[in-house]
Amino acid sequence: MTAAATRSTAHSIVEASPRAKAFASGLVILYAVITILPLLWIVATAFKSQSDAIAYPPKVIFEPTLEGYVNLFTVRTRQTPDFIAKLPPPETWYDQLVRKRDMVIAGPSKVVPRFVNSLIIGFGSTFLAVFLGTLAAYAFSRFRIPLADDLLFFILSTRMMPPVAVAIPIYLMYRQLNLTDTRLGMILLYTAVNVSLAVWLLKGFIDEIPREYEEAALVDGYTRLQALRKVVLPQAVTGIAATAIFCLIFSWNEYAFAVLLTSGEAQTMPPFIPFIIGEGGQDWPAVAAATTLFVVPIVMFTVLLRKHLLRGITFGAVRK
Amino acid sequence: MAQIRIESLRKSFDQFTAVEGSTFTIDDGTFFAMLGPSGCGKTTTLRMIAGLELPTEGRILLDGEDVTFHRAAARDIAFVFQLFALYPHMNVGENIGFPLKCQGMARREIRERVQETARMLRIEHLLSSKTSKLSGGDRQRVALGRAMVRRPKAFLMDEPLGALDAEFRHLMCGELRDLHDRIKATTVYVTHDQLEAMSMADQIAIMNKGRVEQIGTPQQVYDRPASMFVADFIGSPPMNFLRFEGGLRSGDRAVSFHDTRLAVPEIREDRANAPLALGVRPEHIRFVDAGAVRGEVFGAEYLGTTQIVTVDTAYGRVAARLPSSASVRIGETIGLEFNAARLALFDIGSGLAIKTAGEEGARHG
Repeated sequence: MTAAATRSTAHSIVEASPRAKAFASGLVILYAVITILPLLWIVATAFKSQSDAIAYPPKVIFEPTLEGYVNLFTVRTRQTPDFIAKLPPPETWYDQLVRKRDMVIAGPSKVVPRFVNSLIIGFGSTFLAVFLGTLAAYAFSRFRIPLADDLLFFILSTRMMPPVAVAIPIYLMYRQLNLTDTRLGMILLYTAVNVSLAVWLLKGFIDEIPREYEEAALVDGYTRLQALRKVVLPQAVTGIAATAIFCLIFSWNEYAFAVLLTSGEAQTMPPFIPFIIGEGGQDWPAVAAATTLFVVPIVMFTVLLRKHLLRGITFGAVRK
Repeated sequence: MAQIRIESLRKSFDQFTAVEGSTFTIDDGTFFAMLGPSGCGKTTTLRMIAGLELPTEGRILLDGEDVTFHRAAARDIAFVFQLFALYPHMNVGENIGFPLKCQGMARREIRERVQETARMLRIEHLLSSKTSKLSGGDRQRVALGRAMVRRPKAFLMDEPLGALDAEFRHLMCGELRDLHDRIKATTVYVTHDQLEAMSMADQIAIMNKGRVEQIGTPQQVYDRPASMFVADFIGSPPMNFLRFEGGLRSGDRAVSFHDTRLAVPEIREDRANAPLALGVRPEHIRFVDAGAVRGEVFGAEYLGTTQIVTVDTAYGRVAARLPSSASVRIGETIGLEFNAARLALFDIGSGLAIKTAGEEGARHG
């Protein structure tokens, strides 16, 4: 027994050698640098002045300013220095900041409503896709559904072409139904795209949960729906979290449909951000500020669910 | 506690018929085992009794009440699964109390009942542990606790010991039987392991291809198998079949076996000439120099107190159980003598046993 145990460690299946470990850590660090560096650059750019942002060679050390954020959240008008001198003294720090550049704040920008749109549409469609996906996946996993395999194939086939390929028919359809530029329309659209992914992912997870659990609950006095809620869902939480993240990432980042179908009321952040560039020349700090804020919710969501996500991705590969 | 009655129950999935028209009654307080090879329909039958599967035809009566299409929850039965099906997100106490929670029982009462059940199963010290930390045997005890806590009309168990290792299985067999003797609940126990069924059950139903072949006490199914399938399935090694052709007359006490006459229990039916089989258990064979059936020793398997000696005869290979003290040489030619009172006769065409004085008491399913 002891001899066998020593031998197995010698073959490095259990324990990696220090060199292998160093190599692995090196790779992980390299990967982290590659992925995190652009993000850090964006975060830094948001705090640069406009001239620092386009300086060449790029500035790593610079004097931070909140100008980018102020520009993002406000609409400003350029005035003559004489006009600005005649104004009463600035009331706030951001008024002061703007006046230094010969400008006056004319009002709030549209970033807040756009951000709210993104939140409502992103989380709304994610919730709907996961909700419908869970119910459908459960049914496919547990019941004898006529033509189940064909139905599953149809569901998957909606993802076989890029969703944008059907953009024009959808646009025409939405115009007929008065769904263009509405939050509801965008939620329905993203739900429709995501639900196929959700059904397939969740079916895999639910297949892995032994039926005996809910059968025990059925015998013990629960209805099918209660058994699903109280017994199956707590065990599928990992898969649900993983699916939710995938769905949210899609609907949060989606650009093409958002450009085509939204212009005012329901516009989300992705089409709004490039719009900032055109507004006041090349305001890269404002764009960077918008991008930073845009990334925050998805990072938070992923961090909150990361424990489930990790387990979710390895689920089935390692049982228990 | 309850009597369970199954009336011409049938279940088919698309083309495949899993259970075919079985009718039987499980008396109140009986430990009833359903035994058969995998795919014989025993689990499907159990699941229909539980309400997890709906029958295509037939009726299920619980204490005289037709529950065929009642929801599982409305039947007041408990089910123990092979994989235990303990909820991983609950601890032991919560698992045991779960059925009571489903019924909306008051929290204090649940706690008392859980305590009482745990005491009965001697798992009180485990109540707050995680189920994933438990050994196989303890998991099984918790699963039993969850079944018992509601005091159901009947327990249904689907190979509850199948996931345990051999040593634990033996221990749990004893515990299960002991528990049954204490609470006297009607228990339907599905297994493919004849040792489990033989050692625990009051009544055994042997199933094959969706049909019940025989129902009887362990002794009945072993000593008086109703069909060649039962004779072959029960016993290790199984019953030997020696084929011959002949006619039978009621009242005869011997049959013409090839060119000799062999004594058998008194025959109770007439048969025209047909292919028949003489069934003989390995332990009812003795080696004698003057035996009518002769053969050459092929091999011997030493089992401690006994040994299994295989003999090649003109009518096929025969296994005999002899005391391990008997000395047998491989290749040696010996004569076989059968214990006439314990012989069985089968009709090869139908596979059913032929009625003899010895066969009385066995029922056809």
